[in-house]
Amino acid sequence: MSAREATALDGVRSRTVDPRAGYRAAQRRESMRAFLLAVPLLIFLAMTFIVPIGKLLIMSVKTDEVANAVPKTAALLARWPGPPALPSRQTFEALAADLQAAQDGGTLASAARRLNTYEPGFRSLLLKTVRQMPIAEGEQADEALLRIDRRWGEPETWRLLGRAAHRWTPDFLLTAMDHRVGVSGAIEPVEPSQAIYVGAFVRTFAISASVALICLVLGYPVAFLLATLPARQSNFLMIFVIVPFWTSLLVRTTAWYVLLQPNGVFNALLIRSGLTTAPMALMFNRTGVLIGMTHVLLPFMILANYAVMRGISPAYQRAAVSLGAHPALAFLRIYVPLTLPGIGTGAFLVFVLALGYYITPALLGGAGDEMISQLVALQMDRQLNWGLAGALSVYLVVFTLAVYVVFNRLVGIDRLRLG
Amino acid sequence: MFNVLKSSRRMLLMATGVMALAAPAVAADTLTVVTFGGSFESAVDKAFFVPFTAKTGTNIVKEDYDGGLAKLRGMVEAGNTTWDLIDMETNDAIAGCDEGLLQKLDPKLLGDTSDFIPGAVLPCAVASMVWSTIYAYDTTRLTTAPTTIGDFFDVTKFPGKRGMRKSPKVALEWALIADGVPVKDVYKVLGTPEGLDRAFKKLSTIKSQVVFWDAGAQAAQLLADGAVSMTMAYNGRIRVAQQQDKRPFAIVWDGQVYDYEWWAIPKGAKDTDAAKQFVSYASGPDTIWKLSNYIAYAPPRKSAVPQVDKAVLPYLPLAPDNFKNGLQIDAQFWADNFDSINNRFTTWLSQ
Amino acid sequence: MSTETTAVLSERIAHRGVRVFSAAVLVFLVAPILIIVPLSFNQSSYFSYPLTGLTLGWYELVLGSPEWRMAILNSFVIGLSATAIATALGTLAAIGISRPSFPLRGVIVPILIAPMIIPIVVVAVSLYLVFAPLGLTNTHSGVILAHAALGTPFVVITVTARLMAFDTTLSRAAASLGATPWEVFRRVMLPQILPGVATGSIFAFATSFDEVVVILFIGGTEQRTIPRQMWAGIRDQINPGILAMAGLLTVFAVVLFLLIGWLQGRSGAPAR
Repeated sequence: MSAREATALDGVRSRTVDPRAGYRAAQRRESMRAFLLAVPLLIFLAMTFIVPIGKLLIMSVKTDEVANAVPKTAALLARWPGPPALPSRQTFEALAADLQAAQDGGTLASAARRLNTYEPGFRSLLLKTVRQMPIAEGEQADEALLRIDRRWGEPETWRLLGRAAHRWTPDFLLTAMDHRVGVSGAIEPVEPSQAIYVGAFVRTFAISASVALICLVLGYPVAFLLATLPARQSNFLMIFVIVPFWTSLLVRTTAWYVLLQPNGVFNALLIRSGLTTAPMALMFNRTGVLIGMTHVLLPFMILANYAVMRGISPAYQRAAVSLGAHPALAFLRIYVPLTLPGIGTGAFLVFVLALGYYITPALLGGAGDEMISQLVALQMDRQLNWGLAGALSVYLVVFTLAVYVVFNRLVGIDRLRLG
Repeated sequence: MFNVLKSSRRMLLMATGVMALAAPAVAADTLTVVTFGGSFESAVDKAFFVPFTAKTGTNIVKEDYDGGLAKLRGMVEAGNTTWDLIDMETNDAIAGCDEGLLQKLDPKLLGDTSDFIPGAVLPCAVASMVWSTIYAYDTTRLTTAPTTIGDFFDVTKFPGKRGMRKSPKVALEWALIADGVPVKDVYKVLGTPEGLDRAFKKLSTIKSQVVFWDAGAQAAQLLADGAVSMTMAYNGRIRVAQQQDKRPFAIVWDGQVYDYEWWAIPKGAKDTDAAKQFVSYASGPDTIWKLSNYIAYAPPRKSAVPQVDKAVLPYLPLAPDNFKNGLQIDAQFWADNFDSINNRFTTWLSQ
Repeated sequence: MSTETTAVLSERIAHRGVRVFSAAVLVFLVAPILIIVPLSFNQSSYFSYPLTGLTLGWYELVLGSPEWRMAILNSFVIGLSATAIATALGTLAAIGISRPSFPLRGVIVPILIAPMIIPIVVVAVSLYLVFAPLGLTNTHSGVILAHAALGTPFVVITVTARLMAFDTTLSRAAASLGATPWEVFRRVMLPQILPGVATGSIFAFATSFDEVVVILFIGGTEQRTIPRQMWAGIRDQINPGILAMAGLLTVFAVVLFLLIGWLQGRSGAPAR
């Protein structure tokens, strides 16, 4: 009894000693308690999202395959001054030993693949060399390697091997921007015939921007109509927006795949109406990609604008008109500026979602319409080039986040509401 | 409100319960076999999978892929091979063996190896059949019938889109043939840098007209949809479309590029013994010919040919009428050069 | 005077124009679905009008085939499991975030929203990279974890929005009257935010139910879901069976639409 009184008194006393400290402590506790509620999700996302993506992004600059496969050679090449001289005989010996060990240890294949990204044919050079190991008694390693393939006599071969043996490399990030480190050690653009990624990024932006623009042009009037109609009509018409919104992306892409075929419903309609005589090419080209992506993303644009427009009182515009402004002018000067947050949110959503599109362009696009996502998938699916897949992802993620930050500054992410 | 709460809690319980049920992965006596999918998969299913399961009780899980080694390399490097047996093209079977992605194959599994046609047994793989890349067209859509590889590349005389596999293999061979290189010299020319440039240059002349496909089944689909007027295709698939789907397709055999198809067991396969058992079963003289009755590919065993349904023979790649101007794929060339040429091809594609 | 009449006239024309244009856009939105669904009842296997006769054969084909049945089962198993995880973790986090004392909001909230923003291919490739060595590729567990991560932002956003409108004095009053934190949550807060939780979980479910890229990379044959099976079907052999599936999914979309509308009706907010 008395003990409890004592502690209570202690509490009172301590509070009277420094009320601010106690308040701050309570606040800190409160803050900690709020944070703890988010901890399970943070841990979960760390495991399933942050760590994996971080790992992929790190692969764009970190490459251990060659350094692990030929450790002794890598150490020696690090001290080699580079072309035009060939590395020391010791380096040749180290490579011969390393290659055999790598073959036995199972690390050779991935190293060979990594080297192949520098110079097509490196894989076959390594595999060919290792097949003729070990070197016969009495033969010097450098002579033997030169006998097996004269490329071992070219300093460039060793320079590339040395570059690949670095654990940290800028090369993937450069390749993803169509650049490379040349023989002289300076950064230079790759040959025009090898340049694809800058073009693909530009194309991805162009397609995303076009889709955002088309969606705005198509969606803005619809949102306006829905926001200004009486609730009953508006709610009915809303079904036309929301049901497609909830319909599976694959269903909608499949629908366009069937409709746009040369002998599909759409072309049959065009021919029957006499607009064309021969079927038009509506898919496996840019047209198909734009139609499909616009259809999938249009509801986002309409809903974002509708949400803003619904909150705008028609009184403003009426006031302007009653004060003598032309309705068109009143619309442009008064109404449109009020809807800018809606335009911003809609354009942001459509643009950002479009940047990462994969399924729709893959099914409706042709050879010249590949978006960056498809190239990332290709690097992994067909080439197993993690470094380049990582580097392309770095740029894609950075661009996406940049758009996100700009949007957050201009409009505010808290505008993003669902349901 | 209380009702909603209760039902949503029940839903949650149900979901976790279902999850627990779903958790146990593939049971022990299943064999994951990876093939090129589509009508080839259903033919293999009827000829080998179903009877094998009936005989041994081993359940077969079918996966499909579009060829290439990237997926397999990823699995082996990650130390998590989820495939037990792979249906492969020759250059992949050679390169995969060299790189240590495939297990060595004990020839004892195959019985009398001298019964196999020459070259049909590799250190890591055994041939399952002989197939061919040809081109096909829809007879109701083209007024004059194309007859040569040159016609495939002639978009003025034969207007319309072309379907081609998204791979440099065969595409480059055909480009050279269309450019006037005799079939017997194709690889001699293709092996030189100038020859490679020449092939790409010829291919570029029709690039804007080409729809590229990945999966073998897409070729027949593109033709059926009228999306292309002619398409590169695997001969067996076109035969299936003619026969089962009654499509008015015709095959042009001129310049056909034939290849063996292989069974190979990947390194780290979960059930190597069952995979071996299957290879032994499917390659046996009493079984191997059955595939040809379901899809027009030829058996690689001499003793098997007489057992194949006579009606199928004229549609096989090696039938004399089809073989007049044929070419065997140079698998060693592609095993050595596929990655570098494919790199260039991919670049060429996206430019 | 005359300027006023032209103004009125032009306004009327503009209104008419907006109506006609909007009607065309709305038709564009629903037409593909409306054209596709009747074709799934077509007797002939060609995708063209006029229909040669009506049949339920394609629906029988889809619902009878073991592959499609497995896909349907997988879609629900994966979708419900992922939704359960996403809802539990997302709701908890949202309760934390919506407290004024939540620290580092500017850093943590964007992280929680990120799965919605980061391009899906990047997510899929990354997950393969990490899941393959752990043996999580080609397993249900792997796909469920991935889909749960993709679904959490939706739960966080909807529940937070709901909590912002929630009167915190209520829970403080309950606490001061002697309720334990659990009781406060269970009896005061949960009933208030339940529509938000339900809406969020429907979004999370729909995300999983429609997802195909991650499954393409980390799933195997045993994990094929409806969209994955449709993807295979388009690339393989488009038969009206796929359209029948599309028809079923469209009906499902309408159900989700009605469910969301009902939930919003309950919460007193106007439809979207």
